[in-house]
Amino acid sequence: MSLTKAERTVILSMWDKISTQADAIGTQALERLFASYPQTKTYFPHFDLHPGSAHMRVHGAKVVAALGEAVKSIDNIGGALAKLSELHAYILRVDPVNFKLLSHCLLVTVASHFPADFTADAHTAWDKFLSIVSCVLTEKYR
Amino acid sequence: MVHFSAEEKAAITGLWGKVHVEEAGGEALGRLLVVYPWTQRFFDNFGNLSSASAIMGNPKVKAHGKKVLTSFGEAIKNMDNLKGSFAKLSELHCDKLHVDPENFRLLGNVLVIILASHFGKEFTPEVQAAWQKLVAGVATALAHKYH
Repeated sequence: MSLTKAERTVILSMWDKISTQADAIGTQALERLFASYPQTKTYFPHFDLHPGSAHMRVHGAKVVAALGEAVKSIDNIGGALAKLSELHAYILRVDPVNFKLLSHCLLVTVASHFPADFTADAHTAWDKFLSIVSCVLTEKYR
Repeated sequence: MVHFSAEEKAAITGLWGKVHVEEAGGEALGRLLVVYPWTQRFFDNFGNLSSASAIMGNPKVKAHGKKVLTSFGEAIKNMDNLKGSFAKLSELHCDKLHVDPENFRLLGNVLVIILASHFGKEFTPEVQAAWQKLVAGVATALAHKYH
């Protein structure tokens, strides 16, 4: 599965808007993840997971910054996220099922913030992009 | 069996009251067919599904989407007995329609995304969580009679 030219264009243009609220979006996506899928909190026993906590804000910002790196190198997401891929495979070892859950919550967050831009085609492009990112992050698992 | 708290029920029915079922149904089904094109396999007789705009404008998609979401609305009136409410539909989807239950999960999540785009800030993490519980419950209920 790879992105078409049109899909890349959609993502790049929406990213300009998204990056203006990057931290808020990352934080909100995590809030949604923990609210809808409480089992995902098991990966963060060391965090204060209350909405608005410093941990949540810092981590949300981190997640979206990484997505930004992938967007910047959209033709080579594997290369851009190579270090993160190793981190998830050898240190974090987050079960692969959770990438789908976070991807869904990111889509929900983007849809709620940018409804006019989140057309069916944009939805497809973002769903594909996040699938690719998820694949890259789990490709060294075994 | 899924149990919904009073708060969860309120979050769901509160939002549902403001949903335009016909519009939202068509949008949800349309987006399913656009974002996950393999789901088109169930709709060979729907005519033109060749592009996102063709799909979203297709009258059969809209009509069927309305049917699906109306049925969802019936379930919301019976949140404490989703399995009972969907028993007949479950048999239908297994025996006659041969639909992989994974599709119910996909459609449920697409519906959640559409609600997010319609309601924006009002679709808080807590409201979303209640809806995720509902769509998961509906998907499970629809799969319950599979054999």
